[in-house]
Amino acid sequence: MSFALRAGETLGLVGESGSGKTTTCMSIVGLLPRAARIVGGSVLFEGEELTTKSQRELRAIRGRRIAMILQDPMASLNPLFTIFRQVAEPAFFHQRLRGRSLRSRVQHLLKAVRIPSPEWRMREYPHQMSGGMRQRIVGAIALAGGPSLVIADEPTTNLDVTIQAQYLDLLKDIQRETGVALIFVTHNLGIVAKMCDRVAVMYAGKIVEQAPVRELFDDPKHPYTRALLGSVPKLGNKDPLYAIPGQPPNLASLPSGCAFHPRCPEALPRCADEEPIDFHPGAGHAARCWRLDEHAAASHGRSHS
Amino acid sequence: MADRILEVRGLKKRFPARAGLFGRPRGWVKAVDGVDFAIHAGETLGLIGESGCGKTTTSKLILLQEPPTEGSIMFQGRDITGLAGAALMAYRRAVQVVFQDPFSSLSPRMRVEDIIAEPLEIHTDLERAAIRQRVAAVLELVGLPSDVAPLFPHEFSGGQRQRVAIARALATDTKLIVLDEPVSALDVSVRAQIINQLEHLQRTLGVSYLFIGHDLATVAHISHRIAVMYLGKIVEHADSDALCARPMHPYTKALFEAALPSHPDDRHAATAVAGEVPSAMNVPSGCRFHPRCPATMPICSQVEPVLQPRDGGGEVACHLY
Repeated sequence: MSFALRAGETLGLVGESGSGKTTTCMSIVGLLPRAARIVGGSVLFEGEELTTKSQRELRAIRGRRIAMILQDPMASLNPLFTIFRQVAEPAFFHQRLRGRSLRSRVQHLLKAVRIPSPEWRMREYPHQMSGGMRQRIVGAIALAGGPSLVIADEPTTNLDVTIQAQYLDLLKDIQRETGVALIFVTHNLGIVAKMCDRVAVMYAGKIVEQAPVRELFDDPKHPYTRALLGSVPKLGNKDPLYAIPGQPPNLASLPSGCAFHPRCPEALPRCADEEPIDFHPGAGHAARCWRLDEHAAASHGRSHS
Repeated sequence: MADRILEVRGLKKRFPARAGLFGRPRGWVKAVDGVDFAIHAGETLGLIGESGCGKTTTSKLILLQEPPTEGSIMFQGRDITGLAGAALMAYRRAVQVVFQDPFSSLSPRMRVEDIIAEPLEIHTDLERAAIRQRVAAVLELVGLPSDVAPLFPHEFSGGQRQRVAIARALATDTKLIVLDEPVSALDVSVRAQIINQLEHLQRTLGVSYLFIGHDLATVAHISHRIAVMYLGKIVEHADSDALCARPMHPYTKALFEAALPSHPDDRHAATAVAGEVPSAMNVPSGCRFHPRCPATMPICSQVEPVLQPRDGGGEVACHLY
C-alpha cells in the first residue's frame, strides 16, 4: 500500500476491524509488536526515511513531530499521575522546559483543548474527569511536542454523539491554527465526510480505493467502497440497506486474487485468480478493481456484465 | 397497530449514592424520572439518548431486572410490577432481550443449540426432539444454517453471534424484544445485515421491538416512533419521519446537528451544543437541558416543562412551544 499526505491535510483511513488500519499507523511510528516486521516499502516523513531508524532515533520523533491519539483515553492516561505531570512530559523531555515555563506551557495546552480553569484542572487525576474531557487531555498531550503529524486512531468511538461533535470541531480548529496534518483512522464514513480531505479505503490489508473525499462519495469506483456507502443508514431514507454478504476475511488465509471477490456483487472470473492492480480513473483517484480495466475488456473481449 | 403490547406510565427508578459500601445514602441518582410510553404490536419504538440518560435503566425495568421505584408497566393490559409465579414466567417468556456485545452475552462454554434451547427448557414442556426442531427453526429464521447448532460461540464472527442472540430471543413465543444497541459492536458491513434481518423478522412474525441506541440514523431507520431521553426524562417523542423532518426540542435538534453527515457537502456550519450531560445526582432545576440549551429563557431554570402535543403528532416538553 502507498499513500501520501501533505502538511495541514487530513487523510481518512477507513476500513473494518482487521483491515490493517491500526497496523499501518503503528508501522509509521515504529511501534509494531516484536513478532511483526516491515517486510518492504518505506515511510518518508518530512523527507526522512523512518523504517531504517533505530528505536532511539524514533523516540526523538514520536511525541515531538508525530503524535498519536488512541481510542480509549482511560488506557492512554496513567491513573496514578496528575494531569499536569502527563501533559508536561513531552514538553519536559523534548523541549526541556522546567519550572514556571513548563507550567505555563501546560496551561496553554489545556486552554487550547478547551479545558475550563486549567490551573485547577491540571492538579486533578484522570478519574475526576468525564470521558470527553479525558480525550481532550490526550489531545493536549499529543499537541505538547508541537507535532506536524497527528495520527488519531478512532478517537471518538467511546464518546457520546454531542461530545463527539465537540471533539471533532476542536480537532478541526486546532488544525486550522497549527497547520498540523491529520491521519484519521475510523470505520465511520460519517466522520470521514465531516473531517477528511482525502480518503483511503482499506480491505484485508490493502488500500483498495483512494480519492479526494467528494469524489469518493460521489463517484466510488471500487465495489467495496460502493457497498460500504450503501450499507450506512441515512437520515430521511428508510429503504432497505445494502447488506454486504459474508464476513470480512481472516488475514491469515486470504482469498486468492482480489480479496474482496467472494463478497463482491460484480466479480469477474479473473478476480478469483489475478490480484487487481491500481487503476487511475481520475486525478488523485486510484482503485484496485479489474472492472476498471477497460483496455483489457476491449482488447480481449473479456467484459462480463 | 391498534393494540398496545406494552405501556409504561410514570416510571421512576432511583438508586442510592453511598459514601462507602455501608455508608448512609448521600443522595439519590434519579436514573429514570417519570417516563411514559407505549409500544404497539408489530411496532418498533426507538429510545435515543446519550450515556447516563436512563435508556438502559428503562430497559432493565421493563425486563424486571430491577424493580421500579414508582410507576406502572402494563403488558397486554396487565400490570407486571407485582407479578409472581406462573404469570411472571409467562411475561419473561414473552419479553426477551438482545444485548450490545455478542462476545459477552453468549456463554463461551455452551453450544449454540444449548444457548437457544435454554429458554425453551425453562419456559416450555417440549420434548427433546421438539426442542431440537424449534432450535433449527429459529436458526433458519435468523439466516443461519441449522448445522451450526453444535458449534460454540467462539467459532462465529460478531455478526453471526448477534444472530444467535436474536435466535435465542425468538425461541419462545416472543412478543417484545428489547434491543440494547444491538449493532454498535458490529463491523459496518455486518450492521446492515442485522438491521435488515431484524426488519424482516418483524414483518414476518409481527414481533415488537424497543430499540435502544445513540446513533440517530440507525434508530431513525429501524423505528416507527422515536422517544428522545435526556437525564431520565423523555423530552420529545413522535413518529420517526415527523421527528426527522422537524425536530422541535433543542436537545433533539442538538442531536441532529451532532449527527455525522452522510456526504461531505452536508458538513454543517452549525456548532455543536456546548457542555456535557450533568450528573443524574444533581439534576438542574427547571428544564434539565437549560444549562446547555442555546435557546434558554429565564423561565427555563424555574419551571420544568411538561410534554405537550407538537405539530405533526407526538409530544415535546419545552417552554418554546
